Amino acid sequence: MSGLEVVIGLEIHAELKTLSKMFCSCDASFGGEPNSRTCPVCLGLPGVLPVLNRKAVELATRLALALHCDIAPYSIFHRKNYFYPDMPKNFQISQYDLPLGIGGYLDLEMEEGRVRVGITRVHLEEDTGKTVHASESGRIHDSEYSLEDFNRAGVPLLEIVTEPDIRTPIQARMFMQELKSIMEHLEVSDCKMEEGSLRCDANVSLRPQGSPQLGVKAEVKNMNSFRALYRALDYEIMRQGDLLASGGEVVQETRHWDADSGVTTPLRTKEYAYDYRYFPEPDLVPLQLDLSFIDGVRAGLPELPSQRRSRLQEDLGLPEHDAGLLTSSKALADFFEAAVDAGAEPKAASNWMMGELSAHLNAHNIEISEVPITPAQLAAMIALIDKGVISGKIAKSVFEAMLASGNDAETIVKEKGITQISDEEELVRHIEEAIRENPASVEDYRKGKEKALGFLVGQVMRKTKGRANPQLVNELLRRSLEGEG
Amino acid sequence: MEALYAMKAWELQDMIDRGEVSVSEVLDAVLARLEQVENEVHSYITLTLDAARAAAAEADRARDGGKSPGAAAGIPMAIKDVLCTRGIRTTCGSRILEEYIPVYDATVLERLRHAGLVLVGKANMDEFAMGSSTENSAYGPTRNPWDLERVPGGSSGGSAAAVAAGEAIWALGSDTGGSIRQPASFCGLVGMKPTYGLVSRYGLVAFASSLDQVGPIARDVRDCALLLSLIAGHDRRDSTSLRLEPPDYLSAMQGDIRGLRVGMPRELMQEGLTPGVRKAMEDCLQKFEQLGAEVDEATLPNLDYALSAYYIIAPAEASSNLARFDGVRYGLRVEGAEDMMEMYGRTRAAGFGPEVKRRIMLGTYALSAGYYEAYYGQAQKVRTLIIRDFDAAYEKYDILVSPTTPTPAFALGEKVEDPLAMYLSDVCTIPVNLAGIPAISIPCGLEDGLPVGLQIMGKVLDETTVLRAARVMEEALAFREKPGSGKGVGA
Repeated sequence: MSGLEVVIGLEIHAELKTLSKMFCSCDASFGGEPNSRTCPVCLGLPGVLPVLNRKAVELATRLALALHCDIAPYSIFHRKNYFYPDMPKNFQISQYDLPLGIGGYLDLEMEEGRVRVGITRVHLEEDTGKTVHASESGRIHDSEYSLEDFNRAGVPLLEIVTEPDIRTPIQARMFMQELKSIMEHLEVSDCKMEEGSLRCDANVSLRPQGSPQLGVKAEVKNMNSFRALYRALDYEIMRQGDLLASGGEVVQETRHWDADSGVTTPLRTKEYAYDYRYFPEPDLVPLQLDLSFIDGVRAGLPELPSQRRSRLQEDLGLPEHDAGLLTSSKALADFFEAAVDAGAEPKAASNWMMGELSAHLNAHNIEISEVPITPAQLAAMIALIDKGVISGKIAKSVFEAMLASGNDAETIVKEKGITQISDEEELVRHIEEAIRENPASVEDYRKGKEKALGFLVGQVMRKTKGRANPQLVNELLRRSLEGEG
Repeated sequence: MEALYAMKAWELQDMIDRGEVSVSEVLDAVLARLEQVENEVHSYITLTLDAARAAAAEADRARDGGKSPGAAAGIPMAIKDVLCTRGIRTTCGSRILEEYIPVYDATVLERLRHAGLVLVGKANMDEFAMGSSTENSAYGPTRNPWDLERVPGGSSGGSAAAVAAGEAIWALGSDTGGSIRQPASFCGLVGMKPTYGLVSRYGLVAFASSLDQVGPIARDVRDCALLLSLIAGHDRRDSTSLRLEPPDYLSAMQGDIRGLRVGMPRELMQEGLTPGVRKAMEDCLQKFEQLGAEVDEATLPNLDYALSAYYIIAPAEASSNLARFDGVRYGLRVEGAEDMMEMYGRTRAAGFGPEVKRRIMLGTYALSAGYYEAYYGQAQKVRTLIIRDFDAAYEKYDILVSPTTPTPAFALGEKVEDPLAMYLSDVCTIPVNLAGIPAISIPCGLEDGLPVGLQIMGKVLDETTVLRAARVMEEALAFREKPGSGKGVGA
């Protein structure tokens, strides 16, 4: 690998979050009984015509602007012709030589510094249906027949193509994370990779360091998570590196990432290259966006993740690391800010979210939206710690119970009787007991061994099953020991 | 008195309004005539007689109840089988859609139903509207009511023959390169292709999307205007539909043509014209002058390339439009294939006729990588030049005129083996579709007992002037001929 440079370009498809499909009024949301969200238009019945969804254009413009693209005042749709049963018309309406947005970029803040990834184009197209192969394996070769579900057919898709500016798998993953967060902030897409509303293919090649020419590339498909993207690229770079090192050559081909075996394999394809016979879609008129529309969309752009990151650092004093993690998803950042608004100290809220909450999300493989507690509940729990009602240690088990039940911290604390004991009389009783039972430690303390005090505090905590207010125990114990002396 | 089935729609409407005849009586007359001649003419692919009788009875009840039964009520109609009709099979003249029953009505059908449509049936046509003789129908040819050994023209030959033979009072056709005007001319009728975008294409099974337009076939200009008024207007389901409120053509087309500037493109008067057609044209020009119009020879040099450009653009669009007929979701599927590609191949091989296959191949070739610029790209440039030629001509002239076709109806089988000769019969009508302008064909004479048509072309959206000129000329020409009972079906 030494002396070789990695070159990665990404091609991303994101389903737009419109209520209706791109060219008809069918429900565009995910799911539904197969073929229940269809009409003559998205089924491509004879005689139907497409009518462009205005909202889809607006959302596409929003993203293109956020990625610093130039918006084409005049763009057109083309037909991409090929036969496949998941495409009702056997052509896909897409954009070709006049896309909606061109020439943008996205900056990534990496350890190695700022990396600028060029955006070649952002364009609109329609999604296809879904083929279900009727066999146990779900693979076409074992199936006697296949079924088609056209619920997804005609859902508006954004295609985003990057320049070959990415140099490492980490950068690629970071790009996708940042893009996802941007799309979430813009509310243009749900960005759920597992539901297929966000998909990513990668072109990978190697070339001698400093060479201006691109090496032969392989296109890697079927990466269904950020982790899969990272692993697949890592593998593919190694594969190509080994191949070149042993005197071999990379073949231009499409490769399929298999997450189970952790390798990419060539996709079985026909020998010939597809000729899509693109030509302008005669059933649609050119898309003409006037300046006032573009300016209107621009003016309506919300705060983007990078701006939010700076604000969290500057206004709330969060470290860069915290701000970066929290803004990697809009939902996470929203939760955090809502907790702060509900009175939580920012750094404390950040710690809880990046620590216990993130661990919980990962362990259960769920989204923050699926967590049963509200930001205000997190803030209230933090307030209980601040007020000394519970210790930080107890809070961890309280928080766990909150995540399991959705109950308030206060309710849990009351139910389980795990409030902190701050009643001096009760504490003094335990303290006196501890002093009586541990004369040696008392002696040590009086000889000046500070450590002995910690041991005695521990004894009191044990007697109270950890519920004693440690600061108070400390203070009272010291007073008792010194008072007797 | 003339037989009811031979009358014009507006005449019948007057009689129905005055209570002189009921809608059901009109329908009965048409159905009796149909019974008599359909075996010979074969205008229809699918008859909808029960529904027609029910609609007629409904219209009579409405009228008896004092309600207006709608402008189309009581006028038995034929609809070209390329327009989707909910619950009524729509074959497009193709084997591949033999059993296909649409789940929705085309917009024009919706509008007509709203106006009290009495639908006699779905009219025969060249498969997917590709052809000029209706011989390319998978359901057998239609014959010309004027001479049963001759073609009625195409592709809307069934619609025209039905009206000419008295099996319908008026009809809808579709016109991609002359498919309304040429059969109207061959059958002695009035047929109009409106401005592209004036009539919704939603539910019209697409042949060439940028050229297709639905239009009326009728017995006189007045009926043509009436029917156009019923179907024209914006439709939000068709993105190419123009956002405008069409005028009431019936009143807008009144007035004379004094001072009207009439141009006759010399490119449309070249070789291939029969003497009778040439003579009829000369007579028409004289009439125009007598009526106070200023007639002049015009030149639109790029019209010479129209046919070539058309036979790139139309097949290219068709190759894509017809890709959906693959046996997966509806229509014919040939079983027994080993895999998907073979199923596609077998289905399309069995489902499409030779002319459709020829055009799919032509179009696929024209759009292929490496050939796109030379063919499709070049054809689009020619199309632009033709549009400019028309724009320039309309600076000088209000209307342009030509024969609708170089010859009257030709014999069955005469050109079916020679596609190029067949294509040439649309040489005068094709430029109109490329330019998107409106044009009408009206009967202007006979040659050897066969009707000859005059084509009047207008500016974009100037249907009014086209109709006015047509109405004035119709009156002056006083064409009263009917199919004879020797070679034809008789009046």
